[in-house]
Amino acid sequence: MSTGNTFLVLSAFLASGVEFVEALTIVLAAGLARGWRSSLAGLGVATLVLAVVVVALGPALTVIPLQGLRLVVGGLLLVFGLQWLRKAILRASGYKALHDEDAIFARELADAQGAAHLERAGVDWYGFTLSFKGVLLEGLEVVFIVLTFGSAQGSIPLAAAGAAAALVLVAGVGVAVRAPLARVPENAMKFAVGVMLTTFGIFWSVEGAGADWPGSDAALLGVLAFVALFSFALVRLLRRERLEAVPA
Amino acid sequence: MNRLAAFGRFWWDFVIGDDWLVAALVAAAIAATAALAAAGVAAWWLLPVAVPLVLWLSLRRAIRSA
Repeated sequence: MSTGNTFLVLSAFLASGVEFVEALTIVLAAGLARGWRSSLAGLGVATLVLAVVVVALGPALTVIPLQGLRLVVGGLLLVFGLQWLRKAILRASGYKALHDEDAIFARELADAQGAAHLERAGVDWYGFTLSFKGVLLEGLEVVFIVLTFGSAQGSIPLAAAGAAAALVLVAGVGVAVRAPLARVPENAMKFAVGVMLTTFGIFWSVEGAGADWPGSDAALLGVLAFVALFSFALVRLLRRERLEAVPA
Repeated sequence: MNRLAAFGRFWWDFVIGDDWLVAALVAAAIAATAALAAAGVAAWWLLPVAVPLVLWLSLRRAIRSA
């Protein structure tokens, strides 16, 4: 497998894994508080909507000329990647609280238990909506990443395979433990995804803008190392700055 | 109208996120890269220079507003 394709599968796997962990927390809270029927119905309908989005947009993306596609996708991924990276750096340096799946689960569970019961077609409406919205919103990010990465790299199936592997892993562990996956190193995963999205964003934006990389595709490794290095440097710098600002 | 506004807000949050300046500066850097490339000048280096500066600026803004 080429360097680009390896990164493609790995990026889709990591990015999707993070989103699936968050979706699992919401589905579990809805299931435990409002009944599994409503929660799983919400999960199923949201999955169908996401499948329609993939079927509608996937083929359309493959007919756009590659250079134009890489320009648009590269720009979007770069903006997207910098958002992920900014949050991950702020968390890693202590400026922002770490994402706590246990706390989110407890909050969602309390909200779901306190909400009024309204049944339609034998399904609890609150549990259905909670599960549906959670899966749809987290799933849209997965769809965006799979379609943009896959189309710009020329292989949507490979990106989908990475996402599917993450889905199987997260769903399998979720069913086994029936609890939010609080031990997943979520910020480390988000940091890695931010680095990868930013790397692909830089690489494809430059190609899409009509410029050439020295060394062609091999430059991707150099860009990856560069992005990882300056991201780690920013974490160290901000962490030191924050510690110096705290009075002894 | 409310639904339209909510739809627009969803896509704004989804694509642009917390800091619009990142999107604006990235767009400007890509446009500059395209302009240099069209003029026949080697332009691959521009984004790797711009991106760390944009990230640094965005981090400073986030820390200031926290």
